[in-house]
Amino acid sequence: MAHRTFFWFILPSLAAMLLFIALPLVSVAVQSLHIEHEQVLKVTKNCGPFGCKEETTVNAEATQMLRDQKPLGRFNGLNTYFDRGHLATAEVAQAWQERSSLGGFLADLYNLPLYKAIGFTLVYTFVVTPLVILLGLVIALGVNRVTPILKGPTIFVSLLPMIVTPLIGSLILFWMIDAQGIIGKSLQYLFDDPELSLKASPALTWMTLIVYGIWHSAPFAFVVFYAGLQTVNSDSLEAAQIDGANRWQQLRYVVIPHLMPLVIFISLIQLMDNFRVFEPIVGFSAQANATSLSFIIFNDLRGDVMRFNSAAATSVLTILGVTILLLPVLIRTWRDFKGKAI
Amino acid sequence: MFLKKLALAGAVTVLSGTTALAGCGLSAGNVNILGNDFAAIQAVVAGAGECAGDGVTVSANLTTEHRDLQVAALTANPAQYSAAIVANSSIVPLLNDGLIRSLDDLVAKHGQGLQPSQLITIDGKVMAVAFMANAQHLFYRSDVLAAAGVQPPKSYEEVLAAAAKIKSAGLMDHPVIMNTKTGWNLGEEFVNMYMGTGAPFFKAGSAEVAINNDHGVAALNMLKSLTEYSNPDYLTYDSNATAAVWEAGQAALGIMWGSRGGPILDDEGSTEEVTGSTVLTSAPTLMGDNVASTLWWDGFTISANVSDADAEATFVALVNGISDDVVRTNNDAAVWLSAVYEPSAASAGVSATAMSGANPYPMLPYMGLLHGALGAEITEFLQGSETAEQALADVEAAYTAAAKEKGFLQ
Repeated sequence: MAHRTFFWFILPSLAAMLLFIALPLVSVAVQSLHIEHEQVLKVTKNCGPFGCKEETTVNAEATQMLRDQKPLGRFNGLNTYFDRGHLATAEVAQAWQERSSLGGFLADLYNLPLYKAIGFTLVYTFVVTPLVILLGLVIALGVNRVTPILKGPTIFVSLLPMIVTPLIGSLILFWMIDAQGIIGKSLQYLFDDPELSLKASPALTWMTLIVYGIWHSAPFAFVVFYAGLQTVNSDSLEAAQIDGANRWQQLRYVVIPHLMPLVIFISLIQLMDNFRVFEPIVGFSAQANATSLSFIIFNDLRGDVMRFNSAAATSVLTILGVTILLLPVLIRTWRDFKGKAI
Repeated sequence: MFLKKLALAGAVTVLSGTTALAGCGLSAGNVNILGNDFAAIQAVVAGAGECAGDGVTVSANLTTEHRDLQVAALTANPAQYSAAIVANSSIVPLLNDGLIRSLDDLVAKHGQGLQPSQLITIDGKVMAVAFMANAQHLFYRSDVLAAAGVQPPKSYEEVLAAAAKIKSAGLMDHPVIMNTKTGWNLGEEFVNMYMGTGAPFFKAGSAEVAINNDHGVAALNMLKSLTEYSNPDYLTYDSNATAAVWEAGQAALGIMWGSRGGPILDDEGSTEEVTGSTVLTSAPTLMGDNVASTLWWDGFTISANVSDADAEATFVALVNGISDDVVRTNNDAAVWLSAVYEPSAASAGVSATAMSGANPYPMLPYMGLLHGALGAEITEFLQGSETAEQALADVEAAYTAAAKEKGFLQ
């Protein structure tokens, strides 16, 4: 295709990407560098059903005037990034200087909201991603061997966890693992502990969320691997059989190398998705024990006071986090691409 | 049958026709109401809806997520909603941004039926009309307390003692229940408890927080002692969950919203054993005579960014929504701020809490930031992984960072 034709061909999607992806990103980055204007306060006499009181209120007109002059607010540089709600550099430095042991330092670090969220996010990402790939492969291999007549229904059932909306899926499970729910009660009976609650302790909440994450994402890996399995070269498999390879060896030396590009594809998607873990935390009401970067953003934008600048800074940090996470996989893909080109 | 239906339809038309004429007398205007979703507000909006017709449209969006919508919806010009039903915390962001109008002229013109105490005035201007009061207070099961041989508690120390007796008598494993879900609910429990110490939240005349002291520690310690008698899932309990547990008969000492009283005492969703023995009474005290609770009002505000005609129509419709008829038909749905309201068992708790001298929830512009910081930072103390002092220091640090970003602190 001539460069000119290609340019006109790609222009609409390029424009859409610029408008809906690049510009919002720039806007978020700009907002993260600002904070709100100093509020002009005044003391007023306020009355209501419970009597009168002298109270501080915002002088809305004066504050609005400041806002009209500079709608973005005050320029704050990178200070929002370094405050306690984000990277908390001062607190981290202090914790490092006053550390009694590495464990004590990590405990202090875990007391800061962003690091607490990163802790859970990373554990979730690095436990869920490999297990999703493994489980997806196992299901795909299993379904591939099922007799043709049962294949349709089996595939449908295997896909169900992905079909259910994440928030609804987690809410249903939330009620099932309740101390009064079917899973909760069964576990209490099984472990002979009437006080056992999956929602109470951080460790059990993390396990619940991780199991949910695997349950929800495994069908995605399964579908991709199942499609890949249909394209395995039967000549290579037969050759391996003639050479005396057993089923495991066929899998190890023929099937898995064939599926390797798909493993990279699923890793990329899953790393991105799992790093942004959010719905299960809301669905399982797990914010007491587990938070994620996305949850911090959500929390900033809810309730009586919305903190757009803080949410913007966390968003930019999330994008940086995803980039760092994907870098090794992207470098590998780039090398493969270059290798092929030569 | 058909005739009967026809006659009924005719009667309704005549009836609504007369109320629209007699009650509202509007000729044109668009009324669109945003509000929280519970029985009393549904009744108010239904009452406002009676003014629809003859060029007047009335629509509403009632949702528990209303606080997340209101600022954006009222900032638009013209505003998405002509009225927002708010409480004393959720009016603050609307005031901060100047999104609601002064109601002085409308009250003078159409508000003759309103009582002076219903008018929320800020700096001499009426900014909202309150129609109901609310508070968190004590719910107890008289049968369980009698079986354990304890008197109804008046202070939180007595609540703890009663809980211990109920537990040791083998009546219930988790007799105490509160709205302790991490986030807004847990923050509200601390705010209520800290009220019981009588100390201020902020240093006088400034936005600097003042809870990191012995009073804060006392409030936290009491919360923790109470959660030790709660179900281990307590950090996931919001108002819906606690009401369900109460109706299932699994708790005997509850700190819950007064507005839940009506639904709990009615004959739906529970047994006679529970509803017959549930008593609503004043919130307990913490230190001396200080009641550990905050008083709340719910009321309506009118958007600044709508035309004067729509604002007038909205005001008239909403005044119709809190008319004497609406209050009489929905008497038990809330503690109405109305002359015709008849106190009932469902409202006894809120009235007693107000009578015993509880203070209103602070209507300060930075209170929401402190509330948010509390809801997020005191969980670890309750779980036993940090000290009360550390938790309060964390709250202070989180609040200070947020207040700097919002321009309240330098």
